[in-house]
Amino acid sequence: MAEKVLMKGNEAIAEAAIKAGCRHYFGYPITPQTEIAAYMAKRMPKIGGCFLQAESEIAAINMIYGCSAAGKRCMTSSSSPGISLKGEGISYLAGSDLPAVIVNVQRGGPGLGGIQPSQSDYFQATRGGGHGDYHLIVLAPATVQEMADMTGLAFDLSDKYRIPAMILADGTIGQMMEPVAMPETEPTQYEKPYALTGKGNRDHHNVITSLSLAPEELEQWNVSRYERYAVVEANEARCEEFMMEDAEICVVAFGIASRVSRNAVRAAREKGIKVGMIRPITLWPFPKEALNKAADKCKAFISVELSMGQMIEDVKLSTECRRPVSLCSRAGGMIPSPEEVLAAIEAANEQNGGNR
Amino acid sequence: MAVVFEKPKSLLDAPLHYCPGCTHGIIHRLVAEAIDSLGIQGETIGVAPVGCAVFAYNYFDVDMIEAAHGRAPAVATGIKRANPSKVVFSYQGDGDLASIGMAETVHSAARNENITIIFVNNAIYGMTGGQMAPTSLPGQVTQTSPYGRDTSHCGWPVRVSELLATLEGPCYIERVAVNNPANVRKAGKAIKKAFENQINKKGFSFVEVISACPTNWGMTPDKALEWIDEAMIPYYPLGVYKDRTAEEEKA
Repeated sequence: MAEKVLMKGNEAIAEAAIKAGCRHYFGYPITPQTEIAAYMAKRMPKIGGCFLQAESEIAAINMIYGCSAAGKRCMTSSSSPGISLKGEGISYLAGSDLPAVIVNVQRGGPGLGGIQPSQSDYFQATRGGGHGDYHLIVLAPATVQEMADMTGLAFDLSDKYRIPAMILADGTIGQMMEPVAMPETEPTQYEKPYALTGKGNRDHHNVITSLSLAPEELEQWNVSRYERYAVVEANEARCEEFMMEDAEICVVAFGIASRVSRNAVRAAREKGIKVGMIRPITLWPFPKEALNKAADKCKAFISVELSMGQMIEDVKLSTECRRPVSLCSRAGGMIPSPEEVLAAIEAANEQNGGNR
Repeated sequence: MAVVFEKPKSLLDAPLHYCPGCTHGIIHRLVAEAIDSLGIQGETIGVAPVGCAVFAYNYFDVDMIEAAHGRAPAVATGIKRANPSKVVFSYQGDGDLASIGMAETVHSAARNENITIIFVNNAIYGMTGGQMAPTSLPGQVTQTSPYGRDTSHCGWPVRVSELLATLEGPCYIERVAVNNPANVRKAGKAIKKAFENQINKKGFSFVEVISACPTNWGMTPDKALEWIDEAMIPYYPLGVYKDRTAEEEKA
């Protein structure tokens, strides 16, 4: 492992992307993710890469669409309102089976919202966000180190499955500084026979499109894409289990909410409550199996989120509503305190005849 | 027997879906001829628009991508930046380029993006069945201007070539038409030049082609070609609006 350096989360993503072989970045300024663009603007010209500030988020994602079609690893980043603008292009990437990495350093919404951290783009990220039937691979870092590690992973998964990948971070992790060791592994190379490189001596021209006016054909494209999604769901769901061995109450939290929750779980344990945490690392595919297994022995679940309650739906679906699921959340840029989460754990324990 | 006329290599042997009398076919041919004559078929990547030419990738035998409505210049930018040695062109209509995609058009020009844009201006939305375009003429009857385009209500048609020529960025901007053999020859020369400029790294090269849409204009093909002379060209004068290569030669 490389020596640890102190970095902002946003900078860690940018440097990790370069380490992963990304040489093309297209973006547009928006708080709280602009450090990614600034970092790329500084670094790319020095390593023969391309940083280009687009005229809009819409243009940026379409530059990504072209660049990815040409076979290059490329990345764009934005924050919530900007991601909405990118929705069209993301749908085209998904519909054309093109890889790309899209970073969303979330802020409070809806509308212009605010600039403080949020997780309220969970639905948008995990359900696709744009029009049509599709998914993104969604990764949820909780530390600056994970901002770096998951960037490389996002590029690999995206290339491997030809599915756009999103890093769903939030303003806190984007802005906070922590020691981080940059991954030192060489980027994996993936064959891209579909890439637009000029026909050259190929006996056919390559065409990238998501258009079919024949519904039978378009249906088949969707069906085969969903067969690929099923493989991803079977193989790529990731989560961390914390103090879950004997847990009777299960906190579910990702990203910054998981860090608050971890402290609350520890505090509750000190009070004798058998509580643990499942931290989804992939939000799509959601770690359904781990949740469902937990429902065999846990009496209750608590979804801790920086939203009005979005992931809670996946917690209920994963556990097939076999156990009560309560919500502990703040919205609009607020973060639940460890005390608030602890209170939610105590309440769940009480209501479900917990051991004390 | 000597072959005096044949299909350009860069066009596939596929029947075009365009309406009778539509001049997209001529423009496709001119683009393919330019690619053939410059020997760049294997190096060229095309970007198809949303509009009547949405299936351009079924006709050009070069690598192609379908862009979202209006986004072709951004997509072309991404491809070109990924691989600057390739020749990248977009082929776009007036709704695509001058309405929904105006920002992408203006900014790719301002950046002097080293790409070639073929802009087909027929003053109407063809694919959706004849609605008012940003280039529809004052008084022009369309499905969404059934009483004629009322400039006091929905403003004036945009002269894109003139607008882009005010920018410092672009290298070459010319407006041509394809309504008679002499104009077709001139259009062919302009299109070839727009590709040559890119090969010579001269930058953003843009050819606006005044084109006929007899179906949605409600005219016979003959009458539509005449209407280009009578109505279109007076509002959209043909000619070179910017040519940095010529300025450089003079200097």
